Amino acid sequence: MIIAAHGEAGARLRDFLDRRRDDIIGSWVETGFFGEAAGDAAADVRADCENVLTALSHVVETGNLHDPAAEPFQEIRALLGGLAAQQARQGNTAAQITANLTWLKEPVLRLWLDEQPEGQQRTEDVLALSAALDTLRLVVMETAVTEGADIIAHQQQQLAEMSTPIIKLWKGVLAVPLIGTLDSMRSQAATESLLQAIVDQQAQVAILDITGVPAVDTMVAQHLLKTAMAARLMGAECIISGIRPQIAQTMVQLGIDLGEVATRASLSDALAYALNRVGLSVTPAQRG
Amino acid sequence: MHQVGEVPVLDLGGVLLVSIQVELLDDTVLALQQDLTERVAETGARGVIIDISSVDIVDSFLARALRDIAAATEVLAARTVLVGMRPAVAITLVELGLTLPGMTTALSVERGLELLDTRLDENYPTRQG
Repeated sequence: MIIAAHGEAGARLRDFLDRRRDDIIGSWVETGFFGEAAGDAAADVRADCENVLTALSHVVETGNLHDPAAEPFQEIRALLGGLAAQQARQGNTAAQITANLTWLKEPVLRLWLDEQPEGQQRTEDVLALSAALDTLRLVVMETAVTEGADIIAHQQQQLAEMSTPIIKLWKGVLAVPLIGTLDSMRSQAATESLLQAIVDQQAQVAILDITGVPAVDTMVAQHLLKTAMAARLMGAECIISGIRPQIAQTMVQLGIDLGEVATRASLSDALAYALNRVGLSVTPAQRG
Repeated sequence: MHQVGEVPVLDLGGVLLVSIQVELLDDTVLALQQDLTERVAETGARGVIIDISSVDIVDSFLARALRDIAAATEVLAARTVLVGMRPAVAITLVELGLTLPGMTTALSVERGLELLDTRLDENYPTRQG
């Protein structure tokens, strides 16, 4: 059954919410959802309560009880988002945050039941109020989840940004220090930025340093090989360095063959090899 | 008389330069393949540079044709160098498993010429020289 408060009922409920405003806000403030627990100033907490209550009474009046995208709810979305984020920072899940909102419903319904005479009308109005409050919960749930998704997207971007620095070691020699677990997305990003850097700097040699890669399995080896192959197609040579003894053993046990790609134990060995490839050599300085 | 294909072949004195600027249709590729081998035989060039820096798409057909050109010029004692492949093209070719093994590559035409001059002089003396 769809409960809709229209016209008369809407006006009645709105009148009730406005008339008992102070009582409702008084009991809401005690629930802790509006940030008293977080130590916000009492005036701010009250103001937040009032905004939410205003939105609620608008929703009740228009009769648009089941639509979380209703105009009045849109207006308090930012406010609710802020409150939800505050609770999320305290370690509450989206479910816990919305559970807190259950406590908003009880005082409102109780006040309504207390002042109205029993009858069909009272029951229907309670259902309407209840529906509006449930929709409010949905809105909070939605903002809480969006908040979480935003944080995840932001962190992913941060991770992507920090995972692919391309370092110029010498004219024509680039190095990519790969750090952490290489999944498809990260290694693809690394490959793309390396190849672009090869073009931009006309680098003949690129060193892929895997000192910071905890484990090399067939997938990681595949990624490294693909990068090396693509670089070779463009006319540059790839060297893989930073292969620890255990990793070398694992690679042999897994039957990973890096083919014609040059490998070195350390970045310095790779640099020496790279300098040699571009026709340079390092000699001790002649002193006095 | 053979008809020169749509792709111009420049003779830089011992090295033939092919800069691919147009979209390559299969017929164009075949014409280029034939044209290049004939020109190598005619001029006794010691090297061929194919510049693909303007090419956005390399499909398996073109990849095979490039490999065939390299192999054919090799038989005629000219080393083919593929230069200027774009990063996106390189990634796509690798994903398709077309790694063009044995093909000599360079970053730019200049590098390609250096490569032909320095490394290959001893192995591929010019017939004119």
